Amino acid sequence: MRHTLVAVVEDKPGVLNRMVSLFRRRRYNIESLAVGHSETPGISRMTLVVEGNDRVIEQVKKQLEKLVNVIEVQDVTGKPAVIRELALIRVQAPPPYRAEVTQLVELFRAKVVDVDHDSLMVEVTGAEDKVNQFITLLEPFGVEEVVRTGRVAMVRGAKAKEFKVNVFK
Amino acid sequence: MRLTGAEILWESLLKEGVEVVFGISGGAVLHIFDALPRYPVHFVLTRHEQAAAHAADGYARATGKVGVCLATSGPGATNLVTGIATAYMDSVPVVAITGQVPTPVIGTDAFQETDITGSTLPVTKHNYLVTEVVDLARTLREAFHLARTGRPGPVLIDIAKDVQAAEAEFLYPKEVELPGYTARHPVPKEALKRAAELVNTARRPLILAGHGVLISGAHRELQALAERAGIPVATTLLGISAIPESHPLSLGMAGMHGTPQANRAIQACDLLLAVGMRFDDRVTGSPRTFAPSAQVVHVDIDPAEIGKNVRADVAIVGDAREVLAAFLPLVEPTEHREWLEEIEAWRQEARWEEPLMEGNRLLPQYVIHEIWRATGGEALVVSDVGQNQMWEAQYFVHDRPGSLITSGGLGTMGFALPAAIGAQVGRPKDLVWVVAGDGGFQMTIQELATVAQEELPIKIAILNNGYLGMVRQWQELFFTRNYCATPVTSPDFALVAEAYGIAGFTVKRRDEVAPAIAKALETPGPALIDFHVEPEENVYPMVAPGGALSEMIHHPTPAERRAR
Repeated sequence: MRHTLVAVVEDKPGVLNRMVSLFRRRRYNIESLAVGHSETPGISRMTLVVEGNDRVIEQVKKQLEKLVNVIEVQDVTGKPAVIRELALIRVQAPPPYRAEVTQLVELFRAKVVDVDHDSLMVEVTGAEDKVNQFITLLEPFGVEEVVRTGRVAMVRGAKAKEFKVNVFK
Repeated sequence: MRLTGAEILWESLLKEGVEVVFGISGGAVLHIFDALPRYPVHFVLTRHEQAAAHAADGYARATGKVGVCLATSGPGATNLVTGIATAYMDSVPVVAITGQVPTPVIGTDAFQETDITGSTLPVTKHNYLVTEVVDLARTLREAFHLARTGRPGPVLIDIAKDVQAAEAEFLYPKEVELPGYTARHPVPKEALKRAAELVNTARRPLILAGHGVLISGAHRELQALAERAGIPVATTLLGISAIPESHPLSLGMAGMHGTPQANRAIQACDLLLAVGMRFDDRVTGSPRTFAPSAQVVHVDIDPAEIGKNVRADVAIVGDAREVLAAFLPLVEPTEHREWLEEIEAWRQEARWEEPLMEGNRLLPQYVIHEIWRATGGEALVVSDVGQNQMWEAQYFVHDRPGSLITSGGLGTMGFALPAAIGAQVGRPKDLVWVVAGDGGFQMTIQELATVAQEELPIKIAILNNGYLGMVRQWQELFFTRNYCATPVTSPDFALVAEAYGIAGFTVKRRDEVAPAIAKALETPGPALIDFHVEPEENVYPMVAPGGALSEMIHHPTPAERRAR
């Protein structure tokens, strides 16, 4: 089963490497990984999608938490959470088909972000299955390039915990 | 106080109570060595960096303090890796310090540059690359804290050469701030209560004690618990001496070459209280067949070990000593007479005495037995890896806690001699014996020079059978005696020892064993004995790899041996 983990980590050089190295050496499967600064200076928040049974996921969580720079790992699978992914898609849209493509863009509440003679760049946000379906529907027109951020997740309701780190220098 | 990076390093080591550093010099640590004579630190120059790491490891295991090793960049640093990995697998507090090429050339493949933080990432508890002198003191403070607290382990600090020369104000931080690190876990009261219920109602309880018991100094609490509730105790290899091995409740070592009573007790028990151990495959055999009727209570300081290899019915994360101390009053005094009687019968199964009684051949088991007898069991034994290690574990009766140092998890051949150097430096008054095979000993034989230079009175027993014996044993049993790449030739070890200025003896007959050991013990300094033992003697009992603990192959009887 696919699990979504949210990790709170210190924003220091090499932290991502430590985490990814752990996955490689223990043969855990990462499906996607998204990382960026959090609301607190010195802390990053990471969303990982990991494939595995409950026992494996328990190990993933504990092994990650064993890393000194990892502050906390939460498995948000099955919890009420907002889960999103962003994709940029370059799709062929020569004048005869352009209207049809833009119609799909509107239906999916996506956005055209760049226009060329024969193609459009489209930005879409949503849960993965929505993004997948959008791409599937664009395929007949000719999907030239896709880039996806991977899943990001946030649990609904009030913030549960405050994290603090001492930022040196 | 403004100091150079090199001075900050030594000042910090002094703050951490470091008295000894093991290592080798080199281009990227020249500033550090230039400052060394101004500090009261004893530097032990090994002949290879791997030995420096093992010595720091042996020192740490023998003293309970953090062992420190120091090497230059590039090959100096990579040579440490085997030693660091050894310490990591066995949870030994070591701080490894390496020099790195100057900051401006890091990443350019400069002379003797290697990415040592990248290389040691999976074999350190944590590591650091220091590129700013202002970070140095805090990094050292954190490194020592990480190495010695929680589940101990090695921490590496890579210090760029220019950082060693740069100046900064020296302020050693009092506190460490590691938001993602938990050194201490509160004793979980609820889990303890549930564990106590299980122990109090069990009919066939068993304790399986590991290295964690010795690391946390929980041997008294463990013995008290065993005696209070009449629970027999088996140990892992690294748990040996967690309970005196001559104690009536001691079952000895469990696992691949464990005693029948330990292995059968594991397979028959209805409650397994595993303390400070991690269910290594050498202990469990096939995990699917392991302890089939047991409820498992697992006590370990590392949460990630719980449920990793064997499912735990009750998980208790914490320091073994704190946990056992809190657990003791919850356990009702009992005896498990029937259970203990059943176990007694299993003790007879192994035919331990036969290798000792046999009069003709020089058997390695007998050598170990004689070392144990001659030293009254008072020696601190540092064993190497392979058959010698298993015979030592079986035939030396370890009654003193912490009287065995060996590479358990990584199984590093060549470990014994350099680790013994560290152990002897750390415990100068103790009698230190090395037990090694002819194969492993040749992997770090150059450290005889360090023994000589430091005038360490280490006694060395080589069980010389002309083979990489454990691998040969597997080839005999599982690869149709195809002895490929296992026969090894050796120099005359006694002559080699003499060449280093160390007393050397050779023993070829059984009746020479005791006199040679006596002579080695009378020798005031170091001494080496080369025992030419029976070449194809095997370690028994043996559980085949991946087999169930109940399926043990035993030492053949003399009739069986003749029939082969």
